[in-house]
Amino acid sequence: MKHTCTILKRELAGYFATPVAYVFIVIFLLLSGFFTFQLGDFYDDGNGQASLSAFFGWHPWLYLFLIPALSMRLWAEERKQGTIELLMTLPITMAQAVLGKFLAAWIFAGAALALTFPMWITVNVLGDPDNGTILAGYLGSFLMAGGFLALGACVSATTKNQVIAFVVSVSLCLAFLLTGFPPFISFFSGWLPATVVETIASFSFFTHFDGLSRGLVEARDLVFFLSLIALALFANALILEAKKAD
Amino acid sequence: MSAMIEIRGLVKHFGPLKAVDGVSFDVGQGEVLGFLGPNGAGKSTTMKMATGFLTPSAGTVRVAGHDVLSDPVAAKAAIGYLPEGAPAYPDMTPLAFLRFIGEIRGLAGSNLESRIAEVVRRVHLEGVLRQPIETLSKGFKRRVGLAQAILHDPQVLIMDEPTDGLDPNQKHEVRTLIREMGRSKAIVLSTHILEEVEAVCTRAIIIARGKVLFDGKPEELESQAPREVTKNRMDWVFRKLTSGAPLPGPERTPTGAHA
Repeated sequence: MKHTCTILKRELAGYFATPVAYVFIVIFLLLSGFFTFQLGDFYDDGNGQASLSAFFGWHPWLYLFLIPALSMRLWAEERKQGTIELLMTLPITMAQAVLGKFLAAWIFAGAALALTFPMWITVNVLGDPDNGTILAGYLGSFLMAGGFLALGACVSATTKNQVIAFVVSVSLCLAFLLTGFPPFISFFSGWLPATVVETIASFSFFTHFDGLSRGLVEARDLVFFLSLIALALFANALILEAKKAD
Repeated sequence: MSAMIEIRGLVKHFGPLKAVDGVSFDVGQGEVLGFLGPNGAGKSTTMKMATGFLTPSAGTVRVAGHDVLSDPVAAKAAIGYLPEGAPAYPDMTPLAFLRFIGEIRGLAGSNLESRIAEVVRRVHLEGVLRQPIETLSKGFKRRVGLAQAILHDPQVLIMDEPTDGLDPNQKHEVRTLIREMGRSKAIVLSTHILEEVEAVCTRAIIIARGKVLFDGKPEELESQAPREVTKNRMDWVFRKLTSGAPLPGPERTPTGAHA
């Protein structure tokens, strides 16, 4: 635990030692504002209620590009710099290294998400939203960011090239989104049995984020994101163990 | 005296290539072992396996009594390791980097600060402690790598080309440091420079094509050269052993010996 914390601290300090952190946060806030107000019909959600559904609705698409930009460096950079050899010969376990780096990225993504609080203030000034729903939306968004990050970390562990890590991560994350995207589902439902289509859709981040973003905190959605994160991090550790040197 | 490093029948395959082919040796406390060989001979691969970075295809490594495969954390805790090229996090300062390594190594508080002060003094990093590592010269980077390797005063020190990229004065200082530390530790270092072996090592191992070709004192290595070789006698033996072909004569340099 202590070692995980030490690695987490170093990682987190690393974000702020370079412009990466500031660029990421600024772009994230600008884009989430733009999507919400310009494209998301923030002022008219169809039923005349003050809510942040327009804000949360865009998060899957926002994360699709921004989270891989955050996760691509996690292991690819260690490989490129050769510091992976240093890290892996320190007296720590693989789990501590993987968890420390992942948690640092997740906390950072969480901080960027928390900085959207003016959105929450705005909607409270303009109307009388259900703040429980908004809290559930933030929880869902945070969990979804964790899911994307864990997938991205796993991909980053396979290469020393950050561009490859980014492109492959975006594709993988897209696959996890599209499986629940209505046009995609209707494409499959034409010729596949309903249970198969449901199974495919159940792997989608959309399916599991949708409930949370509407204020429904259900165990199966939490379990989905948390077990996906655990599984991806386990794969991450296996990949590193199998190919540390190249 | 029991061996601090025990390597038995170490083998490493990279696909069809056998990079290390049955390497065995022991290193005891007070020994400074020079690891010699042409590029690609398997020196770095052996060191990467000894430090637990690479998993051997076969064979065992024990460090300070701990098996590197079955008890990696305990074995790694006993080792100070300078990897090839002295990698370090480029956006950190040497001070932050050493604090990070120290915390992982279980140092804390005033103990950590005094250890950092000690290694900084020994490798002369005083002037650059607060500059990002990426802005440092090659020599300073190498010394940051050395500093992190000796920070926790390890029983076993493994260094891949510790003097590479240093100027002659720095080389001399690092060699003095290694000689001093060699009295109380078990040290393995790899090098291309044969004078370095004479200067700091109590023992030399030559490997080529993954196999140990010579294991003995530097004087014994030198004494294998015929009497008519008067200059660079160690070089002559090294080339004879590693080029694989009999040499036509002491004066002519065989081509490809260093390839």
